[in-house]
Amino acid sequence: MNRYAQMFDKVRAEGRRGAFIPFFMLGDPDVETSLALLEAAVAAGADALELGIPFSDPVADGPVIQAAAERALGSGVRPSSAFQIVARFRAAHPEVPVGLLVYANLVFGPGVEVFYERTAVAGADSVLVADVPVREGTRFVAAARTAGVSPVFIAPADASPATLRRVAEMSEGYTYCLARSGVTGADDALTLSHDALFQSLREFKAPPPVLGFGIATPAHVRAALDAGAAGAISGSAVVKRVQDHLGDRPAMLRAVGEFVAAMRAATER
Amino acid sequence: MTAGRFGRFGGMYVPEILVPALEQLERAFAEAEKDPSFQAELAGLLRDYAGRPTPLYLCRNLVQGTPVSLYLKREDLLHGGAHKTNQVLGQALLARRMGKTRLIAETGAGQHGVATALAGALLKLPVRVYMGKKDVERQKQNVFRMELMGAEVVPVATGGATLKDAINEAMRDWSASYTTTHYLLGTAAGPHPFPTIVREFQRVIGKEARAQVLEQAGRLPDIVAACVGGGSNAIGMFADFIGDASVALVGVEAAGKGLDSGLHGATLARGRVGVLHGAETLVLQDEDGQIAETHSISAGLDYPGVGPEHAHLASIGRVRYEGVTDDAALQAFQALARSEGILPAFESAHALAWAMAYAKNASKPGVLVVNLSGRGDKDVERARALIAGESR
Repeated sequence: MNRYAQMFDKVRAEGRRGAFIPFFMLGDPDVETSLALLEAAVAAGADALELGIPFSDPVADGPVIQAAAERALGSGVRPSSAFQIVARFRAAHPEVPVGLLVYANLVFGPGVEVFYERTAVAGADSVLVADVPVREGTRFVAAARTAGVSPVFIAPADASPATLRRVAEMSEGYTYCLARSGVTGADDALTLSHDALFQSLREFKAPPPVLGFGIATPAHVRAALDAGAAGAISGSAVVKRVQDHLGDRPAMLRAVGEFVAAMRAATER
Repeated sequence: MTAGRFGRFGGMYVPEILVPALEQLERAFAEAEKDPSFQAELAGLLRDYAGRPTPLYLCRNLVQGTPVSLYLKREDLLHGGAHKTNQVLGQALLARRMGKTRLIAETGAGQHGVATALAGALLKLPVRVYMGKKDVERQKQNVFRMELMGAEVVPVATGGATLKDAINEAMRDWSASYTTTHYLLGTAAGPHPFPTIVREFQRVIGKEARAQVLEQAGRLPDIVAACVGGGSNAIGMFADFIGDASVALVGVEAAGKGLDSGLHGATLARGRVGVLHGAETLVLQDEDGQIAETHSISAGLDYPGVGPEHAHLASIGRVRYEGVTDDAALQAFQALARSEGILPAFESAHALAWAMAYAKNASKPGVLVVNLSGRGDKDVERARALIAGESR
């Protein structure tokens, strides 16, 4: 059984309603602080981690995550350093699921097959390529499966049944459901109406649906789980706490830890 | 899976959320191609509003003393000042056909932004244009032209603050606004179906040029040349000549301060296969896959990607791609002004510079057609500063 399935079982066994998964940009603001942030998040109760490899042109990301990528690139972080952070985290935490969120050109960089092999060697469980929709996904899925990595695809709320069927067939571990359209960002208000989406995904036997994009408060986590999600991902709201405490690492780790703890508490019944 | 592919290149590498909008556009274009009323409206606008056909002009003086006859396809005389207007009118009519109520666009030199602004004014569609902050500063006149026509120009400060970054920002906008908004992409790059749509709406350039040169020179040209940034004027010029085996096709890229300087926009010469802005194509990038910052005297050629069909045409050897430096382009800009009384855009001056060098070395008669894709009014201030040595 893969780490995601074990994690969702554990969440259920603890009597919680779903998982909380924070997103971090690997190498933001530098390699050592980045690793410390992952440790702080897990210590505060993160059920899994979603980790970005910094890319120069992140078209699916809003300003907060763009800035995080720029900070990491500015401090000299390369994909190889990002994989090293993952490997070091994995060595210390054999059970926490780790997903990578990347852009297609970083996968093409070393070659599609090589990229997925590196992912497996580093110990990450899944890869979502933000600019690879299911209609371009075949070769990425093939390379992922060969390497023993779970491919993850995005399910927009307004996607056609045909698309959702392919998302369900091609995704493993979890299904990344969009809480809203647009790019990543921390929203003040978020309206969730995902009944039809979740029902289609269940019908097509998709892996557990996790909602992301705009999730910024414990109330959003509760709303996501109320709507039927198996978990919630929060990116910009987490990274904003990194950005707000640049130059003061203890305060940064504290702020991120407190935020993760509050978001996780919202998964309790 | 082969839809939207040119050999191995092309495809639709976008966030899943944008796929339905691109598929809607693909369907709308296919229907419009078969709809006589759409074709009639577009043809009418191209003729009466934009000024088609544009002339094919045989240079009297520029290559005097060489055995070469050099013809210029005068897209610089098209309304808006560049070839951009051809495909913008087409896409704007498609947007209206799809029921979209707003247009967004990216622009480099500002020519595509101007064309989108004029189409928005014409069809009463609000327009927002994303433009790199650096380009806003070097193309002030075009920014004001867009604003005069009612468009909102949004400077983009991320990355290198040029065309690439403007496209990123337009895609971000579109991923939230696709239900009401058409992203009027300005070049033959980007995800399927844009490279195909843009080629088809720009095909008119080569179609006219082919008929005109047959009439004026009495035969097909030996060489057809055009500048390549994203590649829309070149693909439009080449499309109807690709089947003519005797016609050599030459795409001219920005070699900036030299191909080995690291400061250029020569994607076909120095790029590696990757994915940029929705297409698998050649991309200027580092060994990890981070996209490179580019350089060119011309904002329109200052782009690290290229239309996927050009990558394909290069790979099969049907089109040869050459580089021209900033200095050579500036010299060609001045030479055309002095010898023919025509100010070319810096972009078009690259193609012209290549043709002039070819003519100078030619040992036998030949017929060349160069696409003069845009006029140089937008570049006059920068040219003045460069010639005066202020930027050296």
